[in-house]
Amino acid sequence: MERINFRKIFLNEKVIVSMVSILVSLVVAAIVIIFIGKSPLVAYSALFYGAFGTKEAIIDNLMKASPLILTGLAVGFGFRAGLFNIGANGQVIMGALLATYVGTQVEGDPFYLSIPLVIMAGMIGGALWAGIAGWLKAYRGAHEVITTIMLNYVAIYISNYVVNGPFQAPGGVPKSPAIAYAAQFPNIMTVGATSLSTILFVSLAAVVVIYIIIQKTTIGYEVKAVGTNPYAAEYGGISIGKNVVLAMMISGALAGLAGTTQVVGVYGRYFGALGGTMGFDGITIALIGQNDPVGIALAAFLISSIRTGSNQMQIAGVPKDMVTIIQGIIIFLVAANRIFKTMKFYRKRKEVEI
Amino acid sequence: MEKKQDYSQYAVVMEKITKRFPGVIANDGVDLFVKKGEIHAIIGENGAGKTTLMSQLYGLIRPDSGKIYINGKETVIKDPNDAIKSKIGMVHQHFMLVERLSVVENVVLGSEPVNGPFFAANRARKAVMELSKNFGLIVNPDSIIEDLPVGMQQRVEIIKVLYRGAEILILDEPTAVLTPQETDELFSILKNLKAQGKTIIFITHKLHEVMAVTESVTVMRLGKVTGIVKTNETNSRELAKMMVGRDVLLTVEKGEAKAGNDVLKVKDLHVRENRGIEAVKGLSLTVRTGEIVGIAGVAGNGQTELTEALTGLRKVESGQIFFKDVDITNASAKKRRAMRMGHVPEDRLKHGLIKTFPIYYNFILGEHDYPEFSDGLFLRIDKIREFSEELVKRFDVRPPKIDLLGSNLSGGNQQKVIVAREIAFNPILMIISQPTRGLDVGAIEFIHKTIVSMRDNGVGILLISMELEEIFSLSDRILVIYEGQIMGEVAPKSTTTEEVGLMMAGHKLQDLQQEV
Amino acid sequence: MNNWIQAIVNVFSNPIFYKSTLTQSTPLILAALGGVYAETTGVTNIALEGIMLMGAFGGVAGSYFTGNPWYGLALGVLLGSMLAALHAWASIKYGADQIISGTALILLAQGITGFALVELFGQPGSTDLVRSIPLVKLGGFENVPFVGSIFGSLSPFVYIAFISVLMSWFLIYKTKLGLRMRSVGNNPEAADTLGVNVYNIRYFGVMMSGVLAAIGGAYLSIGELGQFTTNMTNGRGFIALAAMIIGNWNPTGAMLAALLFGAASAFNNQLQSQSVLSLSTNTQYIFGMIPYIITLIVVGGLIGKSRAPTADGIPYIKE
Repeated sequence: MERINFRKIFLNEKVIVSMVSILVSLVVAAIVIIFIGKSPLVAYSALFYGAFGTKEAIIDNLMKASPLILTGLAVGFGFRAGLFNIGANGQVIMGALLATYVGTQVEGDPFYLSIPLVIMAGMIGGALWAGIAGWLKAYRGAHEVITTIMLNYVAIYISNYVVNGPFQAPGGVPKSPAIAYAAQFPNIMTVGATSLSTILFVSLAAVVVIYIIIQKTTIGYEVKAVGTNPYAAEYGGISIGKNVVLAMMISGALAGLAGTTQVVGVYGRYFGALGGTMGFDGITIALIGQNDPVGIALAAFLISSIRTGSNQMQIAGVPKDMVTIIQGIIIFLVAANRIFKTMKFYRKRKEVEI
Repeated sequence: MEKKQDYSQYAVVMEKITKRFPGVIANDGVDLFVKKGEIHAIIGENGAGKTTLMSQLYGLIRPDSGKIYINGKETVIKDPNDAIKSKIGMVHQHFMLVERLSVVENVVLGSEPVNGPFFAANRARKAVMELSKNFGLIVNPDSIIEDLPVGMQQRVEIIKVLYRGAEILILDEPTAVLTPQETDELFSILKNLKAQGKTIIFITHKLHEVMAVTESVTVMRLGKVTGIVKTNETNSRELAKMMVGRDVLLTVEKGEAKAGNDVLKVKDLHVRENRGIEAVKGLSLTVRTGEIVGIAGVAGNGQTELTEALTGLRKVESGQIFFKDVDITNASAKKRRAMRMGHVPEDRLKHGLIKTFPIYYNFILGEHDYPEFSDGLFLRIDKIREFSEELVKRFDVRPPKIDLLGSNLSGGNQQKVIVAREIAFNPILMIISQPTRGLDVGAIEFIHKTIVSMRDNGVGILLISMELEEIFSLSDRILVIYEGQIMGEVAPKSTTTEEVGLMMAGHKLQDLQQEV
Repeated sequence: MNNWIQAIVNVFSNPIFYKSTLTQSTPLILAALGGVYAETTGVTNIALEGIMLMGAFGGVAGSYFTGNPWYGLALGVLLGSMLAALHAWASIKYGADQIISGTALILLAQGITGFALVELFGQPGSTDLVRSIPLVKLGGFENVPFVGSIFGSLSPFVYIAFISVLMSWFLIYKTKLGLRMRSVGNNPEAADTLGVNVYNIRYFGVMMSGVLAAIGGAYLSIGELGQFTTNMTNGRGFIALAAMIIGNWNPTGAMLAALLFGAASAFNNQLQSQSVLSLSTNTQYIFGMIPYIITLIVVGGLIGKSRAPTADGIPYIKE
């Protein structure tokens, strides 16, 4: 194994773009905070405290980060293949639904059967949902941005229909029945009202697995080739259609897994708002993390921290939506990163990661 | 004090024009004299500098030194607007037309007649119809460009320049995309334009066209002018000589070929290019093991489509391709490679390499899932690196660091990587296209030596190149391609560059041999 | 079965359905039209959702602070245009990936409106009620049977929407500016060689999308409701994009597609309230899906082929 070259990592062009984008957005946010008559220092320390100040906070933070790592990986993997998967939200939902369904059907089975079944169901649900968009792109030339957005909405409607009807827990509330106890993931520790679930390890494991897939497998090689230079990929006998569908399915599986972990590790069942903004956040995280598994994990933690801390910041007088604004600015700057290139402090570094 | 030249009889004089690009002198003291009202051709092979010269006349680029005189007056042309003001118009080889708009809309775009805020469509149409009638450029003004055949689209381009008052028209390779009939129609149009007092300069490599329609010719070769003649005082043979030169050819040490069985057989191949026009029109050829078959020709005569069809990157309209006696006409690129067909592509950065991949990844492109490099799921990174280190040494790739990215290498070394890769997997047939484009002498020498040694090891090689010297020095047999067909087959020892030059310009071998 | 037929007949014979179609379609028509402007000049603008939101919020804020809903509309248009300007700046000047930029701006809009909602109105979720734009009442026409109930009393936004479509059709197909827009969106290089200013035309296209989508968004808040609630656009910006695609990137097509989506929505609502069918509230979800599935089918080329402007989404960088 080569030694980790820290200098190469930190002076990498992509890392610089992300770091600068984050810094600039924090500065802009600080200006807005001053504008509404509050102190940025107070606001940011409240944010920090809210994210890291207490044990509960750290647990909450990690639990928020866990699914975000997965959706970040999902979107990031898609980007590697040259695909923009905005549909992670829908894939989260479909994965979670299928996982919950299977979870209710494995009552009585031992955990070493039920857990793998439920997890696989979740991944398959997400994979198939994303695969629809993948197929439409590969064989019909339909742009995946539109198709995945449409699939997002269809997924929401399906989920609403299902938990208000055929798959509803008794009591008339829009949520599913609970899954089998043996299918649920145990907690590591509980502090007060917050619990740190073992699903965190699923996310971390996914980081490793995706890293391996990208760097060490034939699939990773082909997907990257298709994503960076489809002409050369074709020349090398690589099937573009097959890899587009495959990449979307892997991406969808990760998103589905994100939804699944919420079901098996946090709520024990499916309910309407389970998806939340996970899918969309995945985009922010993949962009900040520059599509690199480790970068994504770090970016997920960044976003989860500012989310967790936002409550405290709200108490300090800055509305929670500031966090969304910060996210928006970061993505915007990453997209428009040529702006940095026209500014003097950008040094040319031609290293581009695989 | 400089003596003022009297250029008043000339529409265009370009005096001692020099233009340099990194690494090459595109125009080296070029002189051009075009009389008012004449049709003048500029001919030369690829890279002769013709388009560069005309781009300066049209203001797309500016000369490093030299002067331009329009109608006797010294003129500085900074950009196309200046050119248009000097009544110069250019019809590019690749049309600048908005495909979804109509003929009228395309012609007047940028100089639209208006009626208040509204586009005066009727006035525009009238103007276009008038020009169309006056100059014999028959076209339906309301047709949408993408529905028109190429010949008509070209007429629209010509009307466009006339609409802006052009008196001097530059046409860049106008017949490159036309059928023979459309070409004849174009020539009538040009004669018509001349009759109305226009001056026409056209760039071409097709000698029979020059002889058919021009009054004088400027021949260029490698950035210099090698001849300025009146058309009625010369002939194709002389022009060909001036075009391709009689330089001492770069010779490569090579012995006699020991050719074996047929490894590639192409029968009556028809291939269409992207716009649906036939690019390969009934082509047949054979390549045997242990020989180098060179295909000579000017770019754009179907070579690209031929190689794509042979390597599985383009569908075949009709005809057959046999590789090792197996019909592979519709086989996938992957299958052909598995059958040991190697391919050094024409455009190394588009097809041959992935710039953002490290060298050792590029070395296995196309073979990445073979058992040597993959166990099915996982890449055998160690084996791949070992393999790459060895290749880098054997082929002297510089710098010899397999972790560098494709984009970090010079053109020559990039090409070495591609050639090395293709050789290393032991093909029985190699399709090699433009292998030394943009390379320095040292790299060229190395690649040539490598190709010959492949041949000596029994590989059948089909070499496609626009460099005539390369074809002459490497090939055992030479085929000349023109407009998608083979004009004839000759052996390098028993032919001359003139003869090949003539074939490249459209003459069939049997016709030439009859002439003698 | 009979119940269903009865119910459907009921829906179609009730003027409320038609009026509802108009009101549901209005924001979609405006936003889709905005999308047409941007994409005709070659810039992909998926931030319509965000621009609508800014328009909706600006409308309420302006109306609240000045007491005049028309100033609210002006503020909404201003805010929406500013968001569009950011997109234009990043995409045209810096060649940013237009889809990522659009996504960023949607987030920004959601964040800014949520933030401002709390700051200006004190509580999250929804604003106080404000004065909305007064309806256009057509005198005695209201008493005309059937038609009167539909057209007798409509919001001016509805008129604005349809007039905009008409004017846009003229602009894009009958004026010099429109010709240049279409050329820039299909072959910017060709237009450039003829002296057309590609950048300026593209800025125009994006800014128009900002203005129109903002008006569409303002309708949601100060058109009839008189209130802003968090994320009230609820995906309409994306439906507008779908309408634009189905409408084949031209104003009338986009309008018809938007009407289709509006009708589907109205149909869904009206069907729910038919007592003839004892429908569970659940079926609304099944019907709600339909517009999205239609879009999937059309975009997937499974019905006909719609074609975006050739240079759509590709930044034009002058070397």
